[in-house]
Amino acid sequence: MTGMPSAPTPIIDLSQVTKIYGHGAGEVRALRGIDLRINAGEFIAVMGPSGSGKSTCMNVLGCLDTPTGGTYKFLGVPVGNMSPDQRALLRRNYLGFVFQGFNLLSRTTALENVELPLVYRHVPKEQRRALARKALQEVGLGGRETHVPSQLSGGQQQRVAIARAIVTQPQVLFADEPTGNLDTATSVEIMKLLTSLNEQRGITIAMVTHEPDIAGWTRRIVRFRDGYIESDQINEPVREL
Amino acid sequence: MFGNAIILALREIRRNVLRSTLTILGIVIGVGAVITMVTIGEGATAQVQQDIQKLGSNLLQVFRGQGFGGGGGARSSAPPFSMEDVNAIKNEVAGVRAVAPTIGTGTQAIYGNSNWSTQVQGTDDQYISVRDWPLASGRNFSESELRAGAAVCILGATVQRELFGSEDPLGANVRLGKLSCQVIGTLTSKGQSGFGQDQDDLVVLPLRTVQRRIVGNADVNSIMVSARDGVSTEKVQADLESLLRERRKVRPGADPDFNVRDLKEISSAMTQTTRVLTSLLAAVAAVSLLVGGVGIMNIMLVSVTERTREIGTRLAVGAMARDVLLQFLIEAVTLAAFGGIIGIALGLSAGALATHAFHVPFVLNVGIVMLSFAFSAAVGIIFGYFPARRAAQLDPIEALRHE
Repeated sequence: MTGMPSAPTPIIDLSQVTKIYGHGAGEVRALRGIDLRINAGEFIAVMGPSGSGKSTCMNVLGCLDTPTGGTYKFLGVPVGNMSPDQRALLRRNYLGFVFQGFNLLSRTTALENVELPLVYRHVPKEQRRALARKALQEVGLGGRETHVPSQLSGGQQQRVAIARAIVTQPQVLFADEPTGNLDTATSVEIMKLLTSLNEQRGITIAMVTHEPDIAGWTRRIVRFRDGYIESDQINEPVREL
Repeated sequence: MFGNAIILALREIRRNVLRSTLTILGIVIGVGAVITMVTIGEGATAQVQQDIQKLGSNLLQVFRGQGFGGGGGARSSAPPFSMEDVNAIKNEVAGVRAVAPTIGTGTQAIYGNSNWSTQVQGTDDQYISVRDWPLASGRNFSESELRAGAAVCILGATVQRELFGSEDPLGANVRLGKLSCQVIGTLTSKGQSGFGQDQDDLVVLPLRTVQRRIVGNADVNSIMVSARDGVSTEKVQADLESLLRERRKVRPGADPDFNVRDLKEISSAMTQTTRVLTSLLAAVAAVSLLVGGVGIMNIMLVSVTERTREIGTRLAVGAMARDVLLQFLIEAVTLAAFGGIIGIALGLSAGALATHAFHVPFVLNVGIVMLSFAFSAAVGIIFGYFPARRAAQLDPIEALRHE
């Protein structure tokens, strides 16, 4: 996975994607024609000041939102005109999400939180338990299955959230400011975990962040400004291992 | 898909015990109230029927005067009955098992230091047979005592208790007004009548004794007639009416100056009344069930707002709108059904306690139990649907951003 393979299949292919909120005088052009390709196995950081369109872009990429114009192909399939249910199925089967605020269900054990996407995938109970347990071990939380979020530290909660995102073996993992609520040491731990998931498991990761230190862990940095892509650069990831 | 929604809904209910408890409280109270009311009502109905049975089987009562109540004016102006009327009924009406003339008056009963205001009933040896009222001890009046108007009496259970306590009254002399008479027997207790009177508060004397030595005339105030088993009381009633019209010279077509009451009629009228009351109480209680439904909707709506972020998370990890809808709906129905079950248990317990306190029998109405359960589940569906739809229609991005 080093260097650029000759003709990699793009998982994500945006061409001239626009997103406009509102109508008439009050309309906001959040995306003004984005071209972006993300190949399998990439670890990409999306940066930019607030209002630059990076969050809108991530929502479109994560199939939580639909573009106003242009085409978005996921694994070669156009998703721009999909119904909410079709997009839900796409998220269920191919995508994983990690949020800044962890978004774990409170008063629910770590194991049950990780199981949640599998419940929607109709995985039988025994298999669900086994997969969730394995995912928790992968993020280094083996033995904490019965802890509820309030009994876990911020870093641990984010690990549970990452376990929840990878338990379904997603094609792409979307991380929205995954270290935004964490201190530096814990942020480093989380970035190590994401790096190893990318390198060991080959999971494609797209991460929004506004911290250059965090973006430095990735191998490609895309900068947004005023609804355009300002720059798209290969990065030599930091190694603090 | 259904199985999943149930898993998620049950987890959610277990996750927030306090909120779940508050949600179902309205339903619990509503169902409990309906069941309690119906249980008490049914108990009262059964009690009325039992009471009427207690008065005596196939009992007809002949009163003078007109109308159901036999009000004072009409009664006093109508001529009294005589022993000849009583004998004529005995001999001429078919299907009669026993006939007892009665004359009643209030008096003061005194024994030793005890003093009790009670009713004196002058009648004959047929009285206890007509009223299906066995003696607790002693004996009935003899032929000669009846003929001579002897100073003997049989005590009702209340009078016995008030005058004698635990002492044996047989053979003792009780003073009734100016008359001193010997106790020859005591009656078993019949308890309260359906009209709320204490039936045991009486002293029974020979008819002639009361006529001669207490009221001072030869009148018979009313006649009790019991029909033989298997004989239609309607037929006996009709025969009694035509016989008495003839004897009392009532012109054809004119209103009679007496009336014959069939206790069965009174029984069915009273049963009807208590039924209506029961339905009324149940209807009022049903309103509280409706209020309980609104309570469920209220708390579910609050819960949707409170759980917006959670719903966003669910949508992000792949839940479809209908998964969320189903989850919330099942939560509401499960809560309502659970509330229904608790309400039924509570209502039946309260009903059992209340019927015990009111001394009416406990009647389990399976129909109303099933109905309230079905109704509470329906309330869950109806009042759960609106919040559930609201949850399902949330936009995932908005929901995830919600604080």
